[in-house]
Amino acid sequence: MQDHKISFTGTEDYIASKELQNSVNVAVALGRPLLIKGEPGTGKTMLAQSIADGLGKKLLIWNIKSTTKAKDGLYIYDTVQRLYDSQFGDHDVSDIRHYIKMGRLGEAFLASVQVVLLIDEIDKADLEFPNDLLWELDVMNFNIPETGETVHARHRPIVVITSNAEKELPDAFLRRCIFHYIAFPDAAMMSDIIAVHYPDLEQKLLDEALAAFYWLRGIGSLQKKPSTSELLDWVQALTVGGISPEQIGEELPFLGVLLKKDHDFTTVLQRLHNEGAQAKPASRFPHLR
Amino acid sequence: MFINFFYLLKAYGVPVTITEWMMLTEALALGMAHSSLTGFYHLGRAVLVKSETHYDRYDLAFYSYFQGIETPVELTEKVLQWLEKALPPRYISPEERQKFQEWDLDELRRQLEQRLKEQDGEHHGGSNWIGTGGTSPFGHSGYHPAGIRIGGEAVNQSAVQVAAQRNFRGFRTDTTIGVRQFEVALRKLRQLSSKEEGPREELDLDETVQETGNKGGLLQLVWTRGRKNMVKVALVMDSGGSMDPYMRICSQLFTAMNRSSHFKDLRFFFFHNCIYQHLYQEPSCSLSSAIRTDDFLRMLSPDYKLIVLGDASMAPSELTMPGGSIDWSYSNDEPGIAWLQRIKNHFDHAVWLNPIPAHFWARVTGNYTIAKIRSIFPMYELTVEGLEGAIKKLKVRQ
Ligand SMILES: Nc1ncnc2c1ncn2[C@@H]1O[C@H](COP(=O)(O)OP(=O)(O)OP(=O)(O)O)[C@@H](O)[C@H]1O
Ligand SMILES: [Mg+2]
Repeated sequence: MQDHKISFTGTEDYIASKELQNSVNVAVALGRPLLIKGEPGTGKTMLAQSIADGLGKKLLIWNIKSTTKAKDGLYIYDTVQRLYDSQFGDHDVSDIRHYIKMGRLGEAFLASVQVVLLIDEIDKADLEFPNDLLWELDVMNFNIPETGETVHARHRPIVVITSNAEKELPDAFLRRCIFHYIAFPDAAMMSDIIAVHYPDLEQKLLDEALAAFYWLRGIGSLQKKPSTSELLDWVQALTVGGISPEQIGEELPFLGVLLKKDHDFTTVLQRLHNEGAQAKPASRFPHLR
Repeated sequence: MFINFFYLLKAYGVPVTITEWMMLTEALALGMAHSSLTGFYHLGRAVLVKSETHYDRYDLAFYSYFQGIETPVELTEKVLQWLEKALPPRYISPEERQKFQEWDLDELRRQLEQRLKEQDGEHHGGSNWIGTGGTSPFGHSGYHPAGIRIGGEAVNQSAVQVAAQRNFRGFRTDTTIGVRQFEVALRKLRQLSSKEEGPREELDLDETVQETGNKGGLLQLVWTRGRKNMVKVALVMDSGGSMDPYMRICSQLFTAMNRSSHFKDLRFFFFHNCIYQHLYQEPSCSLSSAIRTDDFLRMLSPDYKLIVLGDASMAPSELTMPGGSIDWSYSNDEPGIAWLQRIKNHFDHAVWLNPIPAHFWARVTGNYTIAKIRSIFPMYELTVEGLEGAIKKLKVRQ
């Protein structure tokens, strides 16, 4: 049990809160999957890359879709290829092993060094999916009935699982995970995140953009609150568009970058109109630095 | 060790089990709490709590257990180093700005639009366009590590103070529903055709390919008896103004229904406040999407399970008087309540889901019409429990 000595502290391109670092390190030390939840755009997917970079390991990504089956992650028996080959008789179809391909989890098990395995958006899959993976994640091996072989993990991969779901995954699954909810960044942390992407941003512009952004997020009736990625896009649009800091609070330029729903758009414009110039976002939001 | 804390957590409603407690013990043995209460606070939360909706309960339990124990958090070398790294950001020089302005604005807008389009779907994330995609005028140059932040909390705060802040209180109220929960509940709405009866007449493609492959290419046809979900559902939703506050939860149900691929048939209809001689196929209730309620009843056989979703709150006249429709341009010869009764009578199974929590039904402004409508339709609140109750009702044999 020496492994827990290495520790994750974030990377240059990824701001991880102390709590998040802590959760990562606990998961790594205990060899448990780390389940990450959080609003869209809070850096769940990127965390896995950052862990891999930070710990100097390779990252394998398993993107989950609604049709993904747990078994796909272990291996795929390409019966169609075998059938195809058998028609021409120029392949040795008698050896099933030629037609077994490793899935992402299988690959992670067979890697010669420890890897980071990201199971991204697990909530997309069927409800039974997480339960179907329990056994393999627990015992770190699986069986291939077609060949009678058992695949053992050479090194227990660091497993990061992300989910957007507003409601829980199966209890049995949860019990085995280390859980971390990435809270939406506060203004101070957000300016750090922005600084990672745009290190040379004018302070005044940043302040105004953040003030407007948190003012927007504070509007209760929005259907879809703008997220970090939208803010990053917006900051870019503002800079490239040569918008002056003063304009930001007054006009909310490029608002379409932040809001995706017509309904939200109208709501915000109405607010802006009603509250008028005397209540500009910046004056409504306590100063940031 | 700390075993009473375990029971206290349970008492506060954090569903901890022995599995997790063992995990915590293991982590403590590895020194993962870093010999501090703050360390223990975070470790415990990561290992014992599996949902942000329980963070607040954890905080309460932690506070009540460790209250009075205050360990100062040490300002270590490292922390000071981090603080020093927060360099003041540089300004963009006029030359640099000039470069950005030369960038074609239309092109940028086009790309942003493209990006928005891509983001509109269900998957919101993972885009690297800004910063790393190479299309960005920013991102790769003049880069400096901005320093690593130390959580969202003041450095010298104790764990007990953090717990007392109850930062996750807000998440509790969000806990009642979600698309996924609705989906789980909707799964129960199925009535399968029998597997014991009938001929094996469906080609099982997967099994056929599998078996044929297993036999190295010798074709093996596999037949099966299909087992189909026989349930057909019609969801009729109120899209009137008083429903606005419930838009989110209603669209969650809508999404969950849409994702439920297991129904034999699923139809959506809309109305505005109350149902009269027309229903609509668009939430906007535009005239062009109108169908006659009579035709609706003709179109849907009585074995459709009817779910009406609405707040059932309106002016009494809208429900009980001819000509009572809220739209002054719309005239109804029969009162809404007669239409509701007719619809209810048509279907073998019908329920009403109300986004207003049940304990308010007698008290809200719409209490009169809610009571009236409840006398016709069995009414359930739009929560997971409510939906489950409604589904039970929809499955009762008559
Ligand atoms: N802590 C952070 N440090 C640096 N960049 C961040 C951070 N959080 C978010 N970002 C930026 O926001 C973008 C969105 O992050 P990411 O795709 O990882 O979010 P997500 O939580 O996986 O979103 P989704 O739920 O939509 O999949 C990233 O490309 C990254 O640029
Ligand atoms: Mg993601």
